[in-house]
Amino acid sequence: MTASGAPLRVALAGNPNVGKTTVFNLLTGMRQRVANFPGVTVERKSGALANAPEVEVVDLPGAYSLNPKSLDEKIAYDVLTGRVEAAPDVVVCVVDASNLERNLFMVTQIMDLGLPVVVALNMVDAATGAGIGIDAAALSHALAAPVVPMVARQGKGLPELKRAILSRPSAAPARRWTLMDAVDARLPALMARLRQEVPSVPETHAFMEVLRALSEDAALEQWQDQAPEFSRAIVALRKEYEGRGVAYRHAEVMGRYAWIGPVVQAVSKKEKDASELSVTDRIDAVATHRVLGPIFFFVLLALVFQAVFSWAVPAMDAVEAGIGALGGLVTSLLPAGMATDLLVDGVIAGVGNVVVFLPQILLLFFFLGLMEDSGYMARTAFIMDRVMKRVGLSGGSVLPLLSSYACAIPGIMAARTLDNERDRIITIMVAPLMSCSARLPVYTLFIAAFIPAGTLFGFLGYQGLTMFAMYFMGTAMAFVAAWALKRLVFRGSSSYFVMELPPYRRPRMRQVLWRMIQRSKIFAVRAGRIIFTLSIVLWFMASFPKVDPGPEMALMRQEAEAEREAAHAAALAGTSAASVADVVALLEEGESARVDSIRYIEPERVDRARLVHAADLQFDARSQEIGQMERSRQIRGSMIGLFGRALEPVMQPLGFDWKMSAGIVAAFAAREVIVSTLGIIYSVGEVDETSVALREQLKADRYPDGRPVFTTLVALSLLVFFVFALQCMSTLAIARRELNSWLWPGVMWLYMTGLAYVFSLALYQGGRLLGFQ
Amino acid sequence: MTLGELKPGEQGIITGYEQEALPNRLLEMGMLPGERVAVLRLAPLGDPMDLRIRGYRLSLRKEDAALIRVDRLR
Repeated sequence: MTASGAPLRVALAGNPNVGKTTVFNLLTGMRQRVANFPGVTVERKSGALANAPEVEVVDLPGAYSLNPKSLDEKIAYDVLTGRVEAAPDVVVCVVDASNLERNLFMVTQIMDLGLPVVVALNMVDAATGAGIGIDAAALSHALAAPVVPMVARQGKGLPELKRAILSRPSAAPARRWTLMDAVDARLPALMARLRQEVPSVPETHAFMEVLRALSEDAALEQWQDQAPEFSRAIVALRKEYEGRGVAYRHAEVMGRYAWIGPVVQAVSKKEKDASELSVTDRIDAVATHRVLGPIFFFVLLALVFQAVFSWAVPAMDAVEAGIGALGGLVTSLLPAGMATDLLVDGVIAGVGNVVVFLPQILLLFFFLGLMEDSGYMARTAFIMDRVMKRVGLSGGSVLPLLSSYACAIPGIMAARTLDNERDRIITIMVAPLMSCSARLPVYTLFIAAFIPAGTLFGFLGYQGLTMFAMYFMGTAMAFVAAWALKRLVFRGSSSYFVMELPPYRRPRMRQVLWRMIQRSKIFAVRAGRIIFTLSIVLWFMASFPKVDPGPEMALMRQEAEAEREAAHAAALAGTSAASVADVVALLEEGESARVDSIRYIEPERVDRARLVHAADLQFDARSQEIGQMERSRQIRGSMIGLFGRALEPVMQPLGFDWKMSAGIVAAFAAREVIVSTLGIIYSVGEVDETSVALREQLKADRYPDGRPVFTTLVALSLLVFFVFALQCMSTLAIARRELNSWLWPGVMWLYMTGLAYVFSLALYQGGRLLGFQ
Repeated sequence: MTLGELKPGEQGIITGYEQEALPNRLLEMGMLPGERVAVLRLAPLGDPMDLRIRGYRLSLRKEDAALIRVDRLR
């Protein structure tokens, strides 16, 4: 294979579910670069061809047609037509051999752009299994493009594909298919007119542009300002066709399929009749069965959630412990001071806030990846479409919404596959209502502290029920919000649902793991940057302005020190500290039991040493207590404390005091930050959501008049607030990027925070009216 | 009759459309006159339909299928 040569840019295009990503991974090995396409925020996956560094391969999102419907298709279209970067030199069209007709549709469109094409005829094994044999040479002849039979999953056909790419094929000389005469006859004049008015349209693209303008209103609108005469000519022609009864809107699709149909007939031979039930048919008899299908779906979901909640916990605990240990290590290594505080409490804790969610997110994406790679995800869309339609969405929104249980960011990005811009906007707008993993620590802390551990009917735990209620409320509200958006904002326009149900395939671990990592990376990078920055900002807000601890703190320290001195003096009466130093050292090492049995240590020295040691311990505890009181005062006087106290009048009707309000302000970086913020405010030092100390402090806290600050009602109010409120800068940022406007994210923040306030208010005030505290 | 009226297990040949303005995607997916369509089953809640066309499986809502005219095959 050549090791040098002129640079060659190869784009990989194809329908969804044809193994495009597998071919991409084969071609590039696992050495891939992920960047953004220039000007758009869409990931551009690229890599060098193995052994041929001059060849760059770019993976395009899956598409059915170059008349783009979904955002993913728009990207593929823009790249192939050279709108975001120079058009590729060669396009590898990955097609499914068992489903050739529909796959060739887009191949003919790409060829019409004047692009050289190599057809990767993938999954020939599946075609053979279905009794279809395809004559690749005949297909290549018919298309006037190289055709390489492949089984990408097994790596078969890779050398041949590489050879075909490196041979630098040229574009097919002429269009192979024909349009109906009534349309075909009028095209050259229109193409010339368009090119005259807009010279930047390449000659090779004029044909496709005219066809699109003729058959699609949206495409026509684009030319209205740029090419007014051309637009008028199209409108006039449409009117003429309508008068003559010419089905011009269908001309392109019919023309292409009229050519593709006979070609596929000619190159494929039916080796056996495929009337026997395939594996897919047999699985679907259960998986999409009227009764068994939904049961299977919900049992599967329940298992996934059970696994995510129980399996991820040890890993999350380990991560938390690791972060804590790292912070401790850094504290002990570096001199005490502001820089160390910033590093430990700002930077390390900030990174920790992101990393701690990774186990859960990885697990959930692993299961979603399994569902996708096996082909089951399309079935969930099929089963759920009727329900989603009720609220104005389609089955296609199931995956984005399920992903949002892990984190709204990958969920929002998954909405790109939706065919319909309206569906995509609504899906993005409601995705953050699904309870993401960042809410879980908050749920855990307050449920454990304030919901009794008893059971209903002897088997339904109150705590578990509350947890379920939180997830249910968020999910139900997502449906209500989607319904309201459709009713209020997108009136009239309706969604449609055209979804392929691909054959079931055995999921490949490599693929599933790879996709899991890609998606989690989106979370870690996108959310990570923001949470990290905000954590540092919040550290500053919690640390400044510096609060003078005041004379009483210094006094308390002095008293503690004096007490220790007095105790030491009493214990050491008549001797010096040095005389028992060795025994004290042993005690400090925890060798209390051993000191009695060591012969050379006299019992009298042991007694004295024990007293000295006890005084030391008491002093340590006391100074820690004082330190925590100082930190607590610090946060009360800091900017966060000021915010909290300023917000208190607004939050009081929900049952929240300034401490909770400050926690809510801090939780804007990441929801779970409220746990550590309350930990600082209640001066219990390092905490996590399972911390018993924090739980006890929360329960013991009293208002000046003696009422408890936290009651079950207050805790429920706070939980409800967290279910609905959009306290996540990263979600707002990603929504802005995906929707290219601040308007929608603004609406999102307002309506979610509004919901949170209203529901918490209603719950708290309603609860009080009913006599709860 | 329309594709939306076919029962699971039945097949039809597409003859045309109820109206010219219909989702372009339906055509691009190969729903063209002369093609044979089989209705395999309905989703658990009665909608959408699970179809076989041009050798692959496609699901459509009944309301969209009602835009496609078919002759039922016996």
